Amino acid sequence: MRVDWLPPEAQSAVLLSLKVSLTATLVSLPLGLLVAHALARWRFPGRQILNGIVHLPLILPPVVTGYLLLLTFGRQGPVGAWLYDWFGITLAFRWTGAALAAGIMAFPLMVRAMRLSIEAVDPKLEQAAATLGAARPWVFATVTLPLILPGVVAGAVLAFAKAMGEFGATITFVSNIPGETQTLPSAIYAFLQVPGAEGAALRLVLVSVAVAMAALAVSEFVAGRIARRVAGR
Amino acid sequence: MTLEVALRHRFGRFDLDVAFQAPAGVTALFGPSGAGKSTLVNAVAGLLRPDSGRIVVDGWTLLDTASGCWLPPHRRRVGYVFQEGRLFPHLNVRQNLRYGRWFAGLADGEDFGHVVELLGLGHLLSRRPAALSGGEKQRVAIGRALLAGPRLLLMDEPLAALDEARKTEILPYLERLRDDTAIPILYVSHSLSEVGRLATTVVALDRGRAVRVGPAAEVLADPDAVPALGLREAGSILTGRVVAQHADGLTELEVSGGRLFLPRMEAAPGARLRVRIAAQDVILSRERPVGLSALNVLAGEVAALRPGKGPGVLVQLRIGQESLLARVTKRSAEALRLAPGVACHAIAKTVSVAPADIGAAAAGRDAGG
Repeated sequence: MRVDWLPPEAQSAVLLSLKVSLTATLVSLPLGLLVAHALARWRFPGRQILNGIVHLPLILPPVVTGYLLLLTFGRQGPVGAWLYDWFGITLAFRWTGAALAAGIMAFPLMVRAMRLSIEAVDPKLEQAAATLGAARPWVFATVTLPLILPGVVAGAVLAFAKAMGEFGATITFVSNIPGETQTLPSAIYAFLQVPGAEGAALRLVLVSVAVAMAALAVSEFVAGRIARRVAGR
Repeated sequence: MTLEVALRHRFGRFDLDVAFQAPAGVTALFGPSGAGKSTLVNAVAGLLRPDSGRIVVDGWTLLDTASGCWLPPHRRRVGYVFQEGRLFPHLNVRQNLRYGRWFAGLADGEDFGHVVELLGLGHLLSRRPAALSGGEKQRVAIGRALLAGPRLLLMDEPLAALDEARKTEILPYLERLRDDTAIPILYVSHSLSEVGRLATTVVALDRGRAVRVGPAAEVLADPDAVPALGLREAGSILTGRVVAQHADGLTELEVSGGRLFLPRMEAAPGARLRVRIAAQDVILSRERPVGLSALNVLAGEVAALRPGKGPGVLVQLRIGQESLLARVTKRSAEALRLAPGVACHAIAKTVSVAPADIGAAAAGRDAGG
């Protein structure tokens, strides 16, 4: 492969997208697991409201989500100002902001996959673990978690794929700054705006397809192996 | 070692109000479905929080609503064998067996090997639950509960999901558990045959109430308890010592009121056996019968009579130190002029005793009613 098969700004967009998506997935993983467990197993007032909030990014126009993020996490926004004053953290127009936007957009997909797998675990097994002396956190760690691992992997890969493709909320919240916030979809969009750059755009599209297919294959492989181990075959 | 249970719980139209005390051994909770057996066991395990009550195992209080004490399930040290086993599918047999030991702070001592041997699990240790038969799964479930070092074992119809052959395979293990360990067992069943084999104490439940509580031999031979236990299956248990194994396939048992010939039961001479004799298989005769094919004739006297709603009557006989229940017609009872105190012979065919109704008896326990 020739080095200039992809222009430098396209290469940095691919690397940035991988970084943004991995960060978004890994950071939201424990939170997603907690929310999925709460929605599947706990009974508390406001459960439906939590469910609605989690699903909001799925149904709102991404531009709206991006704008709400800007209002909340921008330098003047309530959370953004607090983060800056206390920790010196800025999210708007930074790659970390892109990760936040991608994570929030991918969150409902991750939670849905995990919630389904948690609901598929027989609570009677968790009861059995409790009678054998396991307190709640141990029941989760030794029975629930191993049994839902295929669902967790599926949810994480789905979230990663969604984060790789996130465009609307990202460009609204962190704009399209090459080298800082220009992710793969933003770069494709930018190349399409420039006459004569269709070739680079097409190559980025191919990269995008390849990454998505690879993620799917890895997820199928890992989930299949875990499922076989869990089923004891 | 005692078990003290007093519970009140209401949900929907079901109302549970039960109180009993039981000594060591197997306490059988017996009754039809919907009697409240599983509710009671779940309350003992802590999986259900009753409206009010008190549960004490050998001085260890699991629940006392009067003083606001409620131990969560994981701190109760109660081994629970569920009807469906509930083995962890992602762990192999050895890991399943060890699961509770870590939480109980128990090392892999020699009792691990002892339980594995007691339940015949040695060749299964590296298998996954998916590769086990129904009977094997249930044995692993029993071992898992036992190895967690419980102060009390709960068994909720552990044999109900198994076929006859598997039941016959597991019952001897449960008898060894009862006779070899000091752990009290609360055993839920709706099979009188199982109760007859295993129970030290019987608690008969009906619609949320304990209608009868007492030593197994006493309750099972009590005509007044039969309506709660079920007329068809009613039968009493006799306990005795093997005196001979005969070449023609019979086992001779000495009970307190005479000798019994039973279908072959593998047991060394001197071993103690208990046998359940169905009330409807017993024939009564005032005279000692002659020229009869039935091998078992026991002399005794009538202790009580209880006429049923239909044509039948239940007769309780004193045979030596034990009680035997017979079910005959009112017409026969009148013809024989049966009344309390009347001498009478009980006749039981050897072949009418099912092999499943003969089992081991603990030495020194269950001796007579």
